[in-house]
Amino acid sequence: MRLWKSKTSRQNLITLAMVTVAFAVLFFLNEGKVLSRSFSGQLVPICVYIVMALSLNLTVGILGELSLGHAGFMSVGAFTGVVAVAYLQQYITSPVPLMLVAMLIGGIMAGIAGFLIGIPVLRLRGDYLAIVTLAFGEIIRNILECLYVELDGGALRFSMFGSADVGGNFIISGPQGASVPSKLSTFGLGIGLVLFALIVIMNIVHSKEGRAVKAIRDNAIAAESVGLNLTSYKMKAFVTSAILAGMAGVLFAMNYSTVEAKKFNFNTSISVLVMVVLGGMGNLRGSIIAAALLTVLPELLRGFDDYRMLIYAIVLILVMLLNANARVKQIKLACSQKLRSLFSRKEASK
Amino acid sequence: MIQKNRTKLVPLPTDILIPERDIGKQPVLDIRNLGIDFGGLTAVDSFTLAIGPTEIAGLIGPNGAGKTTIFNLLTNVYQPTRGSILLRGIDTKGMTTAQVNRLGIARTFQNIRLFGGMSVIDNVKVGLHNSIKCSFASSLLHTPGYYKAEKKARERCLELLDFMGMADMAQLRADSLPYGAQRRLEIVRALATKPAILLLDEPAAGMNPSETAELMEQIVRIRDTFQIAVMLIEHDMNLVMGVCEGIAVVNYGKIIAKGTPEQICNDPVVIEAYLGKKGAAAHAAEG
Repeated sequence: MRLWKSKTSRQNLITLAMVTVAFAVLFFLNEGKVLSRSFSGQLVPICVYIVMALSLNLTVGILGELSLGHAGFMSVGAFTGVVAVAYLQQYITSPVPLMLVAMLIGGIMAGIAGFLIGIPVLRLRGDYLAIVTLAFGEIIRNILECLYVELDGGALRFSMFGSADVGGNFIISGPQGASVPSKLSTFGLGIGLVLFALIVIMNIVHSKEGRAVKAIRDNAIAAESVGLNLTSYKMKAFVTSAILAGMAGVLFAMNYSTVEAKKFNFNTSISVLVMVVLGGMGNLRGSIIAAALLTVLPELLRGFDDYRMLIYAIVLILVMLLNANARVKQIKLACSQKLRSLFSRKEASK
Repeated sequence: MIQKNRTKLVPLPTDILIPERDIGKQPVLDIRNLGIDFGGLTAVDSFTLAIGPTEIAGLIGPNGAGKTTIFNLLTNVYQPTRGSILLRGIDTKGMTTAQVNRLGIARTFQNIRLFGGMSVIDNVKVGLHNSIKCSFASSLLHTPGYYKAEKKARERCLELLDFMGMADMAQLRADSLPYGAQRRLEIVRALATKPAILLLDEPAAGMNPSETAELMEQIVRIRDTFQIAVMLIEHDMNLVMGVCEGIAVVNYGKIIAKGTPEQICNDPVVIEAYLGKKGAAAHAAEG
C-alpha cells in the first residue's frame, strides 16, 4: 500500500501491470496455438525490440545523449552469446540456465564496449556521443564480418581469416555470420527480459542516480554546481543501456539458426531510435507500445506488398503530426480527465 | 578525493571586511590577488578579499565589472590565471566545480538554472545527492536501505522547502513556478548541499519590493540558522545596504572600494564609478 501512495511508483506499477497482463494473454494464446504462425514467430523479436527501445530510451530520453549505434551493442551481445552457448553447452545442458548465462555474458561484453566508448566521449559536452556511436556501430559490424571463431576439441580459437585446412567446427565464420547451435529463445524468456529491463530502468530513474542523470540532462552546469560528478553518472546510465542492449542481442541471435553481422547495421539503430522518439523521449510506456507496433507493422502490411514501406512511412509521419497537434492533445487531456473523475467517483462511493 | 592543505599559506592580518564576531576565526574564503585573462582582456585583476565564517558580504559594481566572473572563479568554472583561493584554509586550485561544491561553496545563477523537467522536491533532492547514503546496487534493487534513505531525503527536503516557505509547492514542476519562487528554489537547492558559504548571483532580480523585503529577511535567517557565510551580487541597493555587513565594489575587474555600507555610500570613488564624473559632481552639489 505504501507503494500505491506515491504517484510515481503508482505509475510504475500500472506500467508493469499493463506489460504483465498483455504478455500473459499473448503467452497463453501462443501456448494454445491460437495465434497465426507468422505472428507467433514475431513474439520474440517484439520482446527484443521492446528491450532495445527501453534501453535506448535510458540514453536518449533520460540521459539526453544521442546514440546512433545501439545496434552495435546488440551485435556484441548477439555474437558473444552465440559463442558462449556453443562453448558452454557441453557444461550446462538445460536450456534456460544456459540462456541466462549467455545473456549475462553477452550483456557484460556489451557493457564493456559501452564503457570503453564512454571513457573518452562522456567527458565531453555536445553531440560527440552521436558521432562516436555511429562510428562504433559500423566498426563493430566490419570487425564481426571478418571474425572467425571455431570450437576445436573443446577449446575456442579466434582468428581474423578463415582456415580451411583445420577440421574445426566454425561458430562464427566471417561474412557468413554465426551459426546458432540451437534455437534457445522462447517467448517466456523474452517476457522475462522485458520485465527485467523495465524494472532496472524504473528503479534507476527513481533513485538518486536517476535524479542525477535527469539533472545533468536538464542543466549540466547547475548539476555540477551542486556537486555531481557528470562523467560518472553519464557512464552509469550509458553502460546500463549498453548491457541491456547486449542482453537483447543474445535473445535475438538465439531466435534464428544463423545471425549475420549486417543485420545490426545503421538502419537497425535508426529504427530503434524511431521507436524511442515515437513513444516519447523518457516515456517508458510509450517505448514499449511503439516498439511492439513498429515490429509488427511491417508484417501486418505484408499484404500490400510493394506499398509496404510507403504505408509504414505514412503511418510514422501521421503519428508524429498527431502527437504534436494541439487539438489532439486537448482531446487526450479531456479523455484522461474523464477517466480520472470516473475512477475517483468509484473510490468515493466505496 | 580532495587533497587537504596542498599549499600552506599564512593568513593575512585580519581583513577589514571581517565582522568583529568573526575575528580570530579562520575566514571561510580567503582570496589572494585573484586574476583571470581572456586572451588579451583582463577580466579580473588583483582581487583580494576575506570573508568571515558568518558574514553576509556584498559584491557590487556597474554592469560588466566582472562580478559574475568572480563567482565563476570561486566555483572553478574558470581556472584563475593568477592568485589563489583558500576555502576553509584549503587551496582549491585544480579542483572541479563539483569538488569545490563538496568542499563548501554552493551558488545560485544570475540566469536561473533549475532542473526544469523535474519536480520542486526532486530539484532539492539533487542538491542533497552527496549526503544520501545509498549504494548503486541498493538503488537498483530498491532494498529497504533505499526506502530508508529516500524517506530521510524527502523529510529533509520538505524541511528546507518549508524554511523558505515553499513546502506547498513541493510536487509542482520546477519550470512552472513563478519567477520569484524559482529564485528561492535555487537557494534551497544550494542550501541542500550543506555549504560553508552561499554565493547568490542577483537573488532579487525580477522580484517586486515585497518579495525583496521577504528575501532580505530570509538571507539573514539563513545565516543565523545554518551559521554560514553569504556572499551576494546585487543591483538592488536597498537589499545590499540592508543586509550586507561588508561590501566590496568592483569596476573593470578591480576592487575600487571595500567597507561597511555607510562607508561605501559616501565613497566618492564609488559614486563616480556608478554615476560617471559629471554625475558625481552633480551628486556632490546636491548633497
